[in-house]
Amino acid sequence: MGALSNQLLTVAVLTYLVAMVCHAAEYAFGTRGPVARAAARPRRELAAVGAGARGTAAAPEPETAPTTASATPADAKRHALAGRIALAATVVAAVLHVGAVVTRGIAARRMTWGNMYEFVLTLTLVGVVAWLVVLTRRPAIRRLGLFVTLALVLLLGVAGMVLYTPVGPLMPALKSVWFIVHVSMAATASGIFLLGFVTGVIYLLRAGYEQGKRSFPYPLARWAPESEALERLTFRLHAFAFPIWTFAIASGAVWAEAAWGRYWGWDPKETWSFISWVVYAGYLHARATPSVKRRTATWIAILGFLTMMMNLIGVNLFFEGLHSYSGL
Amino acid sequence: MTQVEDRVATTAPPRRVNRFVALLRNGWRQLTSMRTALVLLFLLALAAIPGSVFPQRNVNADDVQAYFREHPRLAPVLDRLGAFDVFASPWFAAVYLLLFTSLVGCILPRTWDHLRALRVGPPGAPRRLERLPQYAVVEDVSGDVAAIATLLRRRRWRVVVRPGTVAAEKGYLKETGNILFHFSLVGILAGVALGSWYGWHGDRLLIAGSDHGFCNTLQQYDQYGLGPRVHATDLPRFCLELVDFEARFHESGQPESYRATVRVEAEGTSRQADFSVNAPLRLDGANVYLIGHGYAPVIRYTDRYGRSQTSVAAFPKSDEMLTSEGVFTFPDANINPETGERDPNAQVAFQGLYLPTVSEDRTVSRSVHPEERSPGLLLVAYRGDLGMETGIPKSVYELDQRQIESGKLVQVGLSKPLRKGEVWTLDDGTTVEFLGTRPFVVLSIRHDPGEKIVLVSAGVLLVGLLMSLAGRRRRVWCRVTPAESSTTNRSSVVEIGGLPRTDYPGFADEFAELVGALKADRATTGHAPRERAGTHEGTD
Ligand code: HEM
Repeated sequence: MGALSNQLLTVAVLTYLVAMVCHAAEYAFGTRGPVARAAARPRRELAAVGAGARGTAAAPEPETAPTTASATPADAKRHALAGRIALAATVVAAVLHVGAVVTRGIAARRMTWGNMYEFVLTLTLVGVVAWLVVLTRRPAIRRLGLFVTLALVLLLGVAGMVLYTPVGPLMPALKSVWFIVHVSMAATASGIFLLGFVTGVIYLLRAGYEQGKRSFPYPLARWAPESEALERLTFRLHAFAFPIWTFAIASGAVWAEAAWGRYWGWDPKETWSFISWVVYAGYLHARATPSVKRRTATWIAILGFLTMMMNLIGVNLFFEGLHSYSGL
Repeated sequence: MTQVEDRVATTAPPRRVNRFVALLRNGWRQLTSMRTALVLLFLLALAAIPGSVFPQRNVNADDVQAYFREHPRLAPVLDRLGAFDVFASPWFAAVYLLLFTSLVGCILPRTWDHLRALRVGPPGAPRRLERLPQYAVVEDVSGDVAAIATLLRRRRWRVVVRPGTVAAEKGYLKETGNILFHFSLVGILAGVALGSWYGWHGDRLLIAGSDHGFCNTLQQYDQYGLGPRVHATDLPRFCLELVDFEARFHESGQPESYRATVRVEAEGTSRQADFSVNAPLRLDGANVYLIGHGYAPVIRYTDRYGRSQTSVAAFPKSDEMLTSEGVFTFPDANINPETGERDPNAQVAFQGLYLPTVSEDRTVSRSVHPEERSPGLLLVAYRGDLGMETGIPKSVYELDQRQIESGKLVQVGLSKPLRKGEVWTLDDGTTVEFLGTRPFVVLSIRHDPGEKIVLVSAGVLLVGLLMSLAGRRRRVWCRVTPAESSTTNRSSVVEIGGLPRTDYPGFADEFAELVGALKADRATTGHAPRERAGTHEGTD
């Protein structure tokens, strides 16, 4: 079962790669000359109006609106096709990903968050599912899939190459209901923060692009939805993940109290969780502060995700603490 | 947000006192601004980083000592800067105290404002409703303000009726939640402070057996810490004795579960209790946590005069298979029973290596499994002066190397592996027998009176946060005016304006739905109600 899990994951990563390439193709076709650009323009505006004025609370956008409504030449059709294939590949990869997580859980006879490898596996799965859910509500942002799949491939690559731990049982200290709550919440929050990070980066690119910046990274966001909608989506994701992260930290403290006798001890993982929490609180704050620009606020959110990554990967590699967890 | 509008101080005649007051007031205004809060939050995150980069005394004091050894020049400098006690350092405290001052200064006025808003209700309608993000006009026959108010109230809006207008607001819970959230942060800080002032903790290694009981007094701890407001006599009275300890392991040697059984004596009663990792023993006024365990080999040494002494020594583990190392000392060995004279050069000690499972291959000097499947004790004997009278505190887990180096303590013979029950006769005819082992546990005993406050505050924090992030504050105003070109009887026009006060994309829909409901309620005659609705989006 453990070996099957590894194989499934390998195939899942390859499928994510396929999705990534297709998303990239969608971008590439889109950049073809003025015809495609002209053809695409009304469509983008349509998407922007749809996303901006109606929002997630509104009924789901019809999937056809952004992709086929425009009277397009073959080019646009082709990149829409690439996008569809990418989406299909992402769904297939997500199913394989679920398979990898489930078989790993069966092999270990427990939930899959006993070590950092499994944790990354689980959090990326949450990220994908969150991405697909957001997508059903706002198909217009499908193009962001390039960045989502890129982040997934990178994270899973790191998990497979750096963090891999053979299937094993849980340490006694990890056998606790609070631990399960703690880690599942942390994985959920991290997955959504991951998505928020991706939309945040694209927002920054897109905002730059809309200001007329045409040097390297900005044209990547040429096809992204309108920046205001992206920014709002970024905020939404963070506002959703932040209480979950707060709960993850609180339940971790309850667990730490039972296991070690103190609810908070500033070991490196706790310290970095605290840092992430404070940085994300800073983001929510900054966004509520009228004198702080939205772009500045989004930078704080991106910083927040970097601190999460530091906690996830850096701390396990660089520092030692009580979290008998990484399996390294 | 705080709106301090009295700028009188700055414009008052430049008297000295006033300028000082103005300075103070300006400083306070700065400190309690959102921007400052943001900067301080950032500083707080930044200030916490060294706490993960450098070893911390309260996490692992040994690591700090190791750091001092490795960086003898740098470490004292870092130490003076507080790098090894980041979270107790003055600069860390400065950041969070400023932040919390800012927080209180920010949140109190907001609480007053919010309470007033709750009491007074939404303010009057702006003059030009059509400028609001949402706007609609409905023709109304009656122009009945009270009926509109009733409809809004039924939909749980907070409504204030003024002549000709209705002002309504919804989503006060957002601000309530936000205020709760910020206050609960203060609660957490208070709980943490209370815990560090009135809390205490101690660590104690406890070997199984009634001869190794432990009572809760400071002298009996291996290591302890008292909060500044705790006195040694404040510790609750109880005694513990380890009755049994059970550790289970997987075939790989990874631990599966632990269970410690202790006899607890408190207030004249005695009872037995089990506890384990993740399930501490909760006593009145203290909790007992299991944080370590190991084996304590037992040996019997019979000296030249035929006097036997039994020694039990806890051996700390040196690897995950519970290969353990420690020492036995017999400072009272070879005392002449007739004269009572102590030969200072005939004290005896053994250095031991204990393997709960000796490997088949005898050359491996590490245990191959943490369970006692085939236990073996490797002893090295020493005789001479243990150097115990020098008054220098010594580790109980190793011999005094200076005594060995100076030749005062001499190794006797080679090392000797012993199985349980085996006897080793030394060159002077004295014997040592390996009797077996007893389990030992390392307990952390703690009391933190702030814990519950922190827990409750964290609960409030979460609820407040959810209310604040999910809540949407919005206002609606209705103004009834007689229709300007009305040819029909007494018809009037209701203008409706909507203002989302927070980011709320769904507001347009809600507004449209509300307008629809008003129309349905109002339009009683055959007039097709006119309507213009704005679709532009309002942000904050
Ligand atoms: C310990 C420090 C603080 C933390 C961790 C913190 C955290 C947060 C978080 C996470 C939010 C967004 C969630 C929500 O709306 O409830 C928020 C909102 C807010 N905070 Fe703070 N805060 C802190 C200090 C302060 C201070 C010092 C001020 C005043 C200057 C302040 C004023 C506000 C305001 C006005 C909002 C609401 C913004 C809005 O949505 O309209 N906070 N805070």
